[in-house]
Amino acid sequence: MKKVLIAVLPLAVFVTLVVLLYVNMGTHSERLPSPLVGKQLPVFKLNTLYSGKTLTQDDFKGQVWLMNVFGSWCPSCRVEHPVISDLAQSGVVKVVGFNWKDEFVDADRWLKQFGNPYDEILVDLKGDVAIDFGVYGAPENFLIDKNGVIRYKLVGNLTPEIINNELLPLIKELNQ
Amino acid sequence: MRKVLLLLLFVSSAQAIEVYSFETAEQEALYQAVTKELRCLVCQNQNLADSDAGLATDLKDKVAAFVIEGKSQEEITQYMIERYGEFVSYQPPLNASTLFLWLSPLLLLLIGGVVLVMKIRSTQHD
Repeated sequence: MKKVLIAVLPLAVFVTLVVLLYVNMGTHSERLPSPLVGKQLPVFKLNTLYSGKTLTQDDFKGQVWLMNVFGSWCPSCRVEHPVISDLAQSGVVKVVGFNWKDEFVDADRWLKQFGNPYDEILVDLKGDVAIDFGVYGAPENFLIDKNGVIRYKLVGNLTPEIINNELLPLIKELNQ
Repeated sequence: MRKVLLLLLFVSSAQAIEVYSFETAEQEALYQAVTKELRCLVCQNQNLADSDAGLATDLKDKVAAFVIEGKSQEEITQYMIERYGEFVSYQPPLNASTLFLWLSPLLLLLIGGVVLVMKIRSTQHD
């Protein structure tokens, strides 16, 4: 009995490990839950990239909007760009860009090359406001309701699946 | 000559680390303590002090500014947790979701102890 146990134990440990690793394969533990979901937007005052305005969190009240953190230096943002463009074009939600730590010339070149899907673009050259938003890796997406409360945050690329399964139902709910 | 060059190398690298000018040694110590306890969110197995990632530099600037303002370690850590979550701190609080984390060493010790006792008893019987 004991010999059998000793023989089987390493195999059992191995199988358990494989199962655990397999189960966790799909979960991205590097994507952290944001403590800001359910909270009011942080206070900010940022210049826009093109329109020459200075906007604060209050300028967006009364509508549901998506804030997309991007930078011309960010390869994943290029991958996400067509998805964001489709979403913005569909008109379901107002899409605002948050240009993070990017020089104007670089951002401008990037947007001219790939197209500008954004309704408005906030510029955070130094990255101070990004810290208040808990941003740590572009692209990041925030969905904000009519009262200025952050309802959803995604670190990483928006995909058509995520938009259909998570974002669109939430937008519908928030618009009611 | 080589010694002088070596010395120069050390001096320049030491200066590269000291980018903030703190007024007192206490401020400097506080800064070191805080950045060691905070996780770099870009390279998640590094602390802020060791990381050269762009965001880590921004966060270190923030910590240095807070230290100079006279904020305490708790206040600075709280500021980061409010924005980045508990994960940013290398000192996780004891709550329901971290209970296993805190108790697992004890659990392992217990299992080891039981195995040991069983082993000793079985050899004594032989």
